[in-house]
Amino acid sequence: MAALFKARRALGMVVGHGVRCLTQLAELPELHQMMRQTCRDYAQKELAPIAAQLDKDHMFPAKQVQELGAMGVMAVEVPESLGGAGMDYLAYCLAVEELSRGCASTGVIVSVNNSLYLGPILKFGTEEQKQQWITPFTTGEKVGCFALSEPGNGSDAGAASTLARQEGDEWVLNGTKAWITNCWDASATVVFATTDKSLKHKGISAFLVPMPHPGLSLGKKEDKLGIRASSTANIILEDCRVPLGNMLGERGMGFKIAMQTLDSGRLGIAAQALGIAQAALDCAADYAHKRTAFGAPIGKLQAIQFKLADMALAIESARLLTWKAALLRDAKKPFTKEAAMAKLAASEAATFVSHQAIQVLGGMGYVTDMPAERHYRDARITEIYEGTSEIQRLVIANSILKEYQQ
Amino acid sequence: MSARVLVGVKRVIDYAVKIRVRPDHTGVVTDGVKHSMNPFCEIAVEEAVRLKEKKLVKEIVAVSCGPQQVQETIRTALAMGADRGIHVEVSGKDYDALGPLQVSKIMAALAKKEEADLIILGKQAIDDDCNQTGQMTAALLDWPQGTFASELTLEGGMLKVVREIDGGLETIKIKMPAVVTADLRLNTPRYATLPNIMKAKKKKIANVKPADLGVDVTSRLEVLKVDEPPQRQAGVKVETVEDLVVKLKEAGRI
Repeated sequence: MAALFKARRALGMVVGHGVRCLTQLAELPELHQMMRQTCRDYAQKELAPIAAQLDKDHMFPAKQVQELGAMGVMAVEVPESLGGAGMDYLAYCLAVEELSRGCASTGVIVSVNNSLYLGPILKFGTEEQKQQWITPFTTGEKVGCFALSEPGNGSDAGAASTLARQEGDEWVLNGTKAWITNCWDASATVVFATTDKSLKHKGISAFLVPMPHPGLSLGKKEDKLGIRASSTANIILEDCRVPLGNMLGERGMGFKIAMQTLDSGRLGIAAQALGIAQAALDCAADYAHKRTAFGAPIGKLQAIQFKLADMALAIESARLLTWKAALLRDAKKPFTKEAAMAKLAASEAATFVSHQAIQVLGGMGYVTDMPAERHYRDARITEIYEGTSEIQRLVIANSILKEYQQ
Repeated sequence: MSARVLVGVKRVIDYAVKIRVRPDHTGVVTDGVKHSMNPFCEIAVEEAVRLKEKKLVKEIVAVSCGPQQVQETIRTALAMGADRGIHVEVSGKDYDALGPLQVSKIMAALAKKEEADLIILGKQAIDDDCNQTGQMTAALLDWPQGTFASELTLEGGMLKVVREIDGGLETIKIKMPAVVTADLRLNTPRYATLPNIMKAKKKKIANVKPADLGVDVTSRLEVLKVDEPPQRQAGVKVETVEDLVVKLKEAGRI
């Protein structure tokens, strides 16, 4: 009897709240459509034409980041009172996808600033910290970064060997962080360090460190396969001192902050992967119309048609997962499983679609004259950072097993 | 300055779309085709917003004539900085036949109703390339006009307009109220910022019918046929200059 009552109540909740969300999956609200169009226009006019050159020169798109800041895109979810656009996470995902469709590096720069830097401060910071560490980073003048991974641990985030000890009214940080996106162009970072080794992952805390700062130095810029316009390097902390007020959240809360931040950041990367995949599909479909072989455009051949269909299917499926996860997050509902699914689906879609795009283009897909090879190189990292595909599978499996708990 | 500016914005097929003629040759395919604001209208809105930012203008009213869909175009203008919108409802056959004469009558009626001091329009629309609405509106209102503007300055109650003409640039000074049409080099339109897109949602769009303004939108024109431009023919190569002259004379070109 009780079970029946519970089921009826659950149904009521789905119908009451779900209808609005489901409609949003089928057709975006006008606000989101306008926002998406603006970002698409910007990406196609300002990013796509320079993306190849930015990639070749490994150049940070400083001018474009400032323009995006002026548009409000560098701080989509940040409330207007702190200088942001005050929009929801669905809007943010749409923005990152459209921008990444123009330039994947710019997409990740925007994503890291929004989700990995501003995200945790918005959620766990004090009012004072928000004023100091958020507002200057909404305009595009300054960007932030997120320092969790270390040379010794990526997926194994609980094994952080960077240490933080208290000395009087300062925290002193020592250790090395690896693979930090944006770090050569950043003005601040959220760093995770162990404050109590005996508590294992419950002994990690988060700190806000300005950049540059005495005791903080940067390793060499990594020479990457893709997303070359965004900088990636080590952050080395040698007796790096920050005031006590620079701790983000409570002592020992670091792991929780990191995991929650990555849950959201995952969606930003899913959006980036969607943008890359879409750009690769755009390239392949356009080519299928223009290239003739065996007396007709290759788009007439079933082999090519099947590829295009599979590519479009992969993108649309991943996109809907991404939107659903974003909608759940906006509704303040649990979204960990959906976010992991979205990131997994989108990143695998990106690598699949960009791979097939090169195949559709044939020899032309292998040379730098066409963007297909850049999409292929850019896509690869999406299956690795902000949670490898393997980790995503563990997160999903964990969630499923919990649902079926005996 | 308490000036009120009326800006006309037209919803047209996006400039990047490949235009296809309808199989019945009565027009071009518009169903499912991407539409956006006419690029010259974007420049017009941008100029109005810049005047407002310089505090030379108090209120910007964005106007568009057409069916329900033109509200998107008005919202884009609102997102760029216009204060409110007016949607003049014209649909079906009336919309297909809507041209500069009817639109200029509507603009003139609205200018009087809204007590506008300045009308800024795009110099022409990229679909019909008429380049008439601005001029006709000025004539109907008996207002001065500064067309093909590449520079606009407000000084007192006067407008200094630098016009792009065949021979170069012409600078004129006209009294307000006046009509100005925007040319390509007048400015570079801004991208709407996310906060402005949010604000646009709250701005009002009033609905009005041409009949309410005393305007009859019946067209005096009938489109007989729409065709694609003729396929470009292959050229002919000649050996000498003499041959070239002979060929040109044969073709009646010289």
